Amino acid sequence: MTLAASLFTVASEEGNNPLLPHTYELVVGGLAFFVVVIVVGKILVPRIQKTLAERTAAIEGGIERAEKAQAEAQSTLESYKEELAKARHDAARLTAEAREQAAQIKAELREEAQAEARRLIEAAHAQIEADRQQAFVQLRSEIGRLSVDLAGRIVGESLEDQARQSRIIDRFLDELDDQSRERVGS
Amino acid sequence: MSTFAIVANDEFKAPGVEIFQLPPLWEGAPFWLTKPVVLAVVSALGICLLAWSAFAKPKLVPRGLQNVGEMGYTFVRDQVGRPFLGKDTDKWMGLLLSLFFLVWIWNLLAVVPGINFPVNSHIAFPAVLAIIIYLLKIYLGIRHQGFVGYFKGMMFPPGVPKFMYVLLAPIEFLQNMIFAPFTHAVRLFANMFAGHIILAFFSLVGFHFLITHLTPAGFTLGVLGVVMTILMTAFEMFIQFLQAFLFSLLAAMYIGQGLHAEH
Repeated sequence: MTLAASLFTVASEEGNNPLLPHTYELVVGGLAFFVVVIVVGKILVPRIQKTLAERTAAIEGGIERAEKAQAEAQSTLESYKEELAKARHDAARLTAEAREQAAQIKAELREEAQAEARRLIEAAHAQIEADRQQAFVQLRSEIGRLSVDLAGRIVGESLEDQARQSRIIDRFLDELDDQSRERVGS
Repeated sequence: MSTFAIVANDEFKAPGVEIFQLPPLWEGAPFWLTKPVVLAVVSALGICLLAWSAFAKPKLVPRGLQNVGEMGYTFVRDQVGRPFLGKDTDKWMGLLLSLFFLVWIWNLLAVVPGINFPVNSHIAFPAVLAIIIYLLKIYLGIRHQGFVGYFKGMMFPPGVPKFMYVLLAPIEFLQNMIFAPFTHAVRLFANMFAGHIILAFFSLVGFHFLITHLTPAGFTLGVLGVVMTILMTAFEMFIQFLQAFLFSLLAAMYIGQGLHAEH
């Protein structure tokens, strides 16, 4: 197409130097550029510049907010960790205290029980001793009377003499004592 | 000069300058209503439309076209603006973004099927953009550094032995005042011009040897032409982007030179 058209041009026009500008093309080119500069350069570029600036601000704001949130989360985590550590420490301390107290209570109870047992045993011993003494005294007078009666009957005479009577009883009792001790000892 | 691409006989003629000489769109149309003029205007309107749908109501969380637009914006800001303008980048982004996309789309039309014409291969288009940047550079330089300060900073850069200024001052003046805007425009124009000729040449090789003059001997050549057309199209797309990038990069550099004295 261009070739066919150019044939006619060359034939009709002479001396068309490609280095010499056509005036009408200078005018048209200048106007075209002017229109683009007005519409794109003066009207549209400021709009996109404003949007780009706003976007930068928005992104910066977003980053700032995110940083703040992160810092807050970090501090919250720190405080939680601190509290947790404190709680663990407290728990450990309480456990130790409880263990100590339990040991103490156990020891006290044991001591008390031992004392009680000792007391009971001692009381039992005393009771036994008292009973024994009482029995012994009773037995002594009883045996004395019985022996005197018996002896009186055997001998046929009453032993008037008090002193002699008690001496005989004592001797008899001593013999009994010896006998019983020997029995216990064997 | 007036070479015919396809001649009456079977001979192959490479395309030349004539492929850039386009008549008015139809018989009787105004002389200025040509293909590059229409493409230039339609591209400008298309960029406005695309940018409008991307940036008219920008969202904090971008969707669809806004994503693409933002990619373009951040690319121009970070790769074109900031290296030369630093903190002043945002103030000049409107100009730089418009410049980059307009130049890129004008270049890109060279490989759009059915259009196949880079607007910037007509030198008037790069020239008018370069002139605008050139005037802006001088205006900013005089406004921010003063008339004397601007030319003194340009022609007598500090840190050079005194006698060197005899040589340096005229060179710097010519470089900044004459060559810079010229190379600025011609670099873009020449790349697009050459690229278009290369693409036209290889596609014509394919067309000539495979369709209009198919011969067993010419078949391989025709296939080579098609393969090269595809490869060069990819390469041209890279060059188109690179030149648009470079053009806006230089614009940013010139604006930066106007704002601050060179050290």
